[in-house]
Amino acid sequence: MNNLFSIYTVHFFTLVLAQVLIFNNINFLGYINPYPYILFIALFPVKNNRIILIFISFLLGLSIDLFLDTGGIHAGASVCIAYARPVILKFAFGTIYEHQTVKFNAVDFGSKLMYFTLLTAIHHVILFSFEVFNISKIILILQKALFSSIFTILISISITIVFSRKTR
Amino acid sequence: MQQIINFIIRNKNFLLFFLLFCLSLVFTIQSHSYHKSKFINSANFLTGGVYNSLNNISSYFSLKSQNYILAEENRRLRALLNNASISPDSAYIDSTAFNKLYKFYNANVIKNSYSLADNILTINKGKNDSIKQDFGVISSKGIIGIIDKTSNNYATVLSILNTTSKISAQLKKSNHFGTLSWNGNTPENVQLTDIPKVAKVKIGDTIITSGRSSIFPKNIGIGVIKAFQLDAAENYYEIEVNLFNDMTNLEHVYIIENVNKQEITNLENE
Repeated sequence: MNNLFSIYTVHFFTLVLAQVLIFNNINFLGYINPYPYILFIALFPVKNNRIILIFISFLLGLSIDLFLDTGGIHAGASVCIAYARPVILKFAFGTIYEHQTVKFNAVDFGSKLMYFTLLTAIHHVILFSFEVFNISKIILILQKALFSSIFTILISISITIVFSRKTR
Repeated sequence: MQQIINFIIRNKNFLLFFLLFCLSLVFTIQSHSYHKSKFINSANFLTGGVYNSLNNISSYFSLKSQNYILAEENRRLRALLNNASISPDSAYIDSTAFNKLYKFYNANVIKNSYSLADNILTINKGKNDSIKQDFGVISSKGIIGIIDKTSNNYATVLSILNTTSKISAQLKKSNHFGTLSWNGNTPENVQLTDIPKVAKVKIGDTIITSGRSSIFPKNIGIGVIKAFQLDAAENYYEIEVNLFNDMTNLEHVYIIENVNKQEITNLENE
């Protein structure tokens, strides 16, 4: 447990720094940035306490907000997906989740992609609605969410592939 | 009583989620209103320090283009100096210099941002360099924004690329003035509204600051008119302004302090 705790602390700080120092300076086509820090929420151990995950997600989002001067938009979106995670897990993995045996290194690619896509889409829609905060610009919100989601999913999947091979 | 406690224990996940979600909503709303975001800003020693050390490395990559911009400004200032009507004679004492209207400070941008709807920059000067809220920030080419929050060594700048920013601007060739704002679309263009219909507007005309706001002095460049049209009521122009500044490439900036600002605001509030 102690070992696991230190691993996730390292993950937390690495993802925050990578997000604010690298991924937020990509600005592909002027405004498209990926937000792969949500990998932390996605890959958090399934068996662990839900209340801890919600709280840590809030801290994760808030530290990103602190760096980017964005108020509470990342915190809000992160808390939402942390709360909705069991439902998405159930939808994406079906019976494996019911038996509490989801291991992210060992599940098949299709359901993993499904899981990331759902999580990212929900996160980004909330994120950009909070950022723009104007219902009359719904087209802009959806457009930003769609492009950033594609980018985030690509980056997240590549990160999981690269790092899971190393540990084997 | 026991039922209440049972209810809290049963729904503890949802209650925590709801509490934290409301908290982040409050932070978001605060960040959308001018000068209200109290806690969540990047002008503290931790985030400022991280950005500063990154900037120490990444500034090397833009040295060439930044040197070019500075050399270009030196050329312009030298041309001004040599063509000035009053020669900078050592015997000449400028009595206005004792009571200067505007003070200038220089600073470096350590965090730039232009892809959000509300962009905020971070610079490496703060309270220790006597930078305060509501000072103007410009570059050699034109305006950038207004100082928002300050810490001891860092300050955040509310960029003109921020949907909550409102700056008074006017046409260069006549004194018709309006409000400069941003619709959140592209970082090259901002929008100027409330220019009355009687003003003669032409594509390519220069837009400058109006000096009415006691933040920016008059005659600081903003951009040129790219397109214009009358608004729905057909009384005012809506003008698309192409900025002089490349907001995606900022490094050296100047902070302007209006020395008489206190006096002006006191007078206006009486």
